[in-house]
Amino acid sequence: MTYTLFIILLPLISFLVLGIAGKWFSHKTAGWIGTLALAGVTVLSYYAAYEYFFVIGRDAVTGAFERQVPINFCWLPFFDQSLHFDMGILLDPISVMMLIVISTVSFMVHIYSFGYMKGEKGFQRYYAFLSLFTMSMLGLVVATNIFQMYLFWELVGVSSYLLIGFYYTSPAAVSASKKAFIVTRFADLFFLIGILIYGFYTGSFAFVFDTPEGLASYAQAGFILPLALTLMFIGGAGKSAMFPLHIWLPDAMEGPTPVSALIHAATMVVAGVFQVARLFPLWVTYAQDWMPVIIWVGVFTAFYAAAVACAQSDIKRVLAFSTISQIAFMMVALGVCTELQTGHEHVGSVGYMASMFHLFTHAMFKACLFLGAGCIIHAVHSNEMNAMGGLRKYLPLTHITFLVSCLAISGIPFFSGFSSKDEIITACMAYSPAVGYIMTGIAAMTAFYMFRLYYGIFWGTENKELHAAHHPHETKVMTWPLVILSIITVGVGAYTTLAGFGMFEGYSFGSLVSADGQDYRIHFDTTVALTSTIVAICAIGLATWIFKGDRQPIADKLYATFPRLHRWAYKRFYMDEVYQFVTHKIIFACVSKPIAWFDRHVVDGFFNFLAWGTNATSNGIKTLQSGRVQQYALVYLVGIILLIAMLLIF
Amino acid sequence: MDYSQFLNMGQELSLLAVILILFVADLFMCTDRKSGKGVLNTPLPVILLTVHTLLGLAPLVCPCCVADATAFGGMYVSSAMAVVVKTILNVGTVIVFLTAHEWLKQPDMANKQGEYYTLTLFTLLGMYFMVSAGHFLMFFIGLELASVPMTALIAYSKKSQESAEAAAKYILTALFSSGLMLYGISLIYGTTGTLYFDQIAPQIHATNLVQLAALVLFIGGIGFKISLVPFHLWTADAYQGAPTTVTSYLSVISKGAAAFVLFVVLYKVFAPIIDQANLLFFWIIIFSITLANIFAVRQNNIKRFMAFSAISQAGYLVLGVMGATPQGLTAIVYYLLVYMAANLGVFLIISITEQRSGGKVNISDYDGFYRTNPKLSFLMTLCLFSLAGIPPFAGFFSKFFMFMAAFKAGFVVLVLIALVNTVISLYYYLLIVKAMYIIPSDEPIPTFKSDGYTKLGLALCTLGVVLIGIISWFYSYIDQFSFGL
Repeated sequence: MTYTLFIILLPLISFLVLGIAGKWFSHKTAGWIGTLALAGVTVLSYYAAYEYFFVIGRDAVTGAFERQVPINFCWLPFFDQSLHFDMGILLDPISVMMLIVISTVSFMVHIYSFGYMKGEKGFQRYYAFLSLFTMSMLGLVVATNIFQMYLFWELVGVSSYLLIGFYYTSPAAVSASKKAFIVTRFADLFFLIGILIYGFYTGSFAFVFDTPEGLASYAQAGFILPLALTLMFIGGAGKSAMFPLHIWLPDAMEGPTPVSALIHAATMVVAGVFQVARLFPLWVTYAQDWMPVIIWVGVFTAFYAAAVACAQSDIKRVLAFSTISQIAFMMVALGVCTELQTGHEHVGSVGYMASMFHLFTHAMFKACLFLGAGCIIHAVHSNEMNAMGGLRKYLPLTHITFLVSCLAISGIPFFSGFSSKDEIITACMAYSPAVGYIMTGIAAMTAFYMFRLYYGIFWGTENKELHAAHHPHETKVMTWPLVILSIITVGVGAYTTLAGFGMFEGYSFGSLVSADGQDYRIHFDTTVALTSTIVAICAIGLATWIFKGDRQPIADKLYATFPRLHRWAYKRFYMDEVYQFVTHKIIFACVSKPIAWFDRHVVDGFFNFLAWGTNATSNGIKTLQSGRVQQYALVYLVGIILLIAMLLIF
Repeated sequence: MDYSQFLNMGQELSLLAVILILFVADLFMCTDRKSGKGVLNTPLPVILLTVHTLLGLAPLVCPCCVADATAFGGMYVSSAMAVVVKTILNVGTVIVFLTAHEWLKQPDMANKQGEYYTLTLFTLLGMYFMVSAGHFLMFFIGLELASVPMTALIAYSKKSQESAEAAAKYILTALFSSGLMLYGISLIYGTTGTLYFDQIAPQIHATNLVQLAALVLFIGGIGFKISLVPFHLWTADAYQGAPTTVTSYLSVISKGAAAFVLFVVLYKVFAPIIDQANLLFFWIIIFSITLANIFAVRQNNIKRFMAFSAISQAGYLVLGVMGATPQGLTAIVYYLLVYMAANLGVFLIISITEQRSGGKVNISDYDGFYRTNPKLSFLMTLCLFSLAGIPPFAGFFSKFFMFMAAFKAGFVVLVLIALVNTVISLYYYLLIVKAMYIIPSDEPIPTFKSDGYTKLGLALCTLGVVLIGIISWFYSYIDQFSFGL
């Protein structure tokens, strides 16, 4: 399957072509180059997925999916050869699943951007960066070892930075891009330290222990692995916007909306989840005791983000907080997974499958929501909910697809989000009923804020003033991706719901991706499914009751009754201010200032002394370079004599 | 006598053939005096040398040829690593020829273009013999063959006094160092009774003071070629005075051959007293890197600046001989390759700028260069970054491997000092970048167009600077030969 190399090479080539020669292409050509490269990637990814899942992936004897490494070479060797940086392509169920997710969403975004970015300055640059991002993200998921993963991880961060700051003339975009870069980079520092500890103690950067020597080295390093893994998790939490490192993601919405859909909803932000899943065998075997860290960080983030999302008025921010909350669901699902073996009872290991399943379904419907939001913003030229209302007449397709995705994220049966979220809650229930009930409650909050958003945009009073200026409308090139993504959402949802309730026996997501590669058929736990459905419907009903009408007396009354709560939630519980305080008042004032003083006076002083010394020496010995050849010979001779003398003395 | 052993010297013979063809071509092919254009300038030499380079690769790629061979009873020894080194020298020489095109077009050069090529290639032939020497006599003949025509090359601009002065200094110092080295070789012969590398080693003892003196004298002779402190004093004057293309040749090609030979001789001949050699090199390296850095900071003539940069780089290059480990050899050859790409790139730009601006070679002349020649400034910056060892350029990897080799051999302090000096070197390399990008100028060098040969050379160097590091194949390829020395 060496052709999988082209999955990474195609976008790389497209990036180089557009990046170097972009300005000589017209907008249209540049867009086509990027989109065609992505079309190639998509075809190859789908073919690779077909071949892996249905032809060669399974081990003939055990029937489990195994890791396949079509390409691997040593990129940077160290002398004793035990430690080396490799580059390659690893195919296993989760990487192949990610190939599908990334190529699908990226392809949709490429098409969509034709319409959304039409006429923008820097169109070619935009497509070049999209290609760079896609290349890095694909490289990240197929990484054969943790070092390669880190390399592409940073590349992903860079391309995210470039794309958030795409409108570099806007100060908000520039500061958002810097914020995103600094926060994730700060978290990546821990990731790097984790990798170094890992490499130092195990003598390898490999993900897995398939050889006896590998197993021995892990057992030997067992005492330090929990620390290494937790440090790596901090890196993952930064990328996946877990509390308290989430602060960059809402600001990242300053980037173009298709970018938010691709990077900050569907692919890059789940890199942290993917990383934990990739290292999952290590977590389960060696760091079981530390896994509650993942759970509680996840649970708190899910709750916090959902609470904040209820009060935001910028539609992209609502979606951003919703993304944070949903990623936290995936994290929790991984955390509650306590076994690697699927087995019959499958209770302990279902979280792994559920997490990956939710990653998949979430990528599709959240990309659809963001792209839909892009259509809306494109139509009304504002991000604020109060500029909208009553748009269902003007944007019919956007309306339908948005509704589908809202139903999916709320967990209504026959929509994809239902199946995956249900599995997550089942896994949580199996771990601890408390976690399970909390997550059910957060799922209800999700349904509530999503329908608040939905009614705010598509129902209620129209903003006549705004509509008088220009007629809001849809563009075909922008609605097609929405339709495709919502068809996937409904199709996957209907199929898995029916299969999950035992209507027919067939492949389900669990047959392809599960903790140990064994076939695992999803069967819903009726109690959980029923509870969560009822809760979701109630939440939607509540949102309908409060927000559907032209006027919203109940909402206004609620704001009036709890002004402080609303204000706090709207201000995201002042997390940014806390950060400002900690960084400016504590770190800058108490740590940085003394260090700056030390730097200015002691360090600079030392270097000034060094420079002065260099100059003085240089002046002193410049006669050495006199230009007189007799003297050169003399120095030569004296040098020889001194060296001989040195040998005699020592 | 068995004449078939000549076949083992394939690369030398083919180079000789190239020289003879150029010699004859020089007699019969006319160059247009006014435009300086002709077959001889530059297509023919470049094509011949390229063909020669490709033919020379035969022992490495073709399974029927054997790279390891000896001739004349072990006086001549060839190995796969030697072939690699010669190939690197070839590629470097091709780039130097590309650099020379514009310079040779000048009216007062047009009538002696042929001599330039034959002289340069004769020095290259000398280096071949040095690289493949298995006997001190062969080594010495190679060294002289590489030195004497070099003097003529340095003095090539007949009307330039600087050029003549530089040549005089070069030849005088070269003679002096050759004399001392010959004395050292005679000491070895006196104590061991042989000059074959293989036969000397068993008879070398750490307690024999005469042999220790011979070691120092040998290091002095080679140190002169590589321009290590304290044998370096000719470097700045010669680099400044010589025509720019010759300077670039001096700074890379002749240095590379000598560094390789230094390693081979230490490894083969002086192995029993390697600890003493390490002690010497410990101080030589520290002084070379540090002193050169101190001097480089205050230069304004860019060629003189590059001379001190070259001395400092030589210090890093010799870091690989510490301990004489196979990793060290790989690191040396790899460093040479990377250094060649970056240094020749810088010289290409210096040379074309000198030609187009009427002889401007001061760093201050480069003020505002970015405004007028952005592409050249950018490429120059890439090459300087590589020289300074900034990732992801090749220079970072070469320094990394070099430091790792020395570190593994146990010279931690030396590596630390070298690391500190890398920072200083970054400072002075950035001085040029600063001049090009930041310092404004009322009269920057006007915008000019480079000729095709320069562009080709620059493309090769840029590819080298960008790709040799990232593509790990180069390092692993060189590495596989380092054990079979």
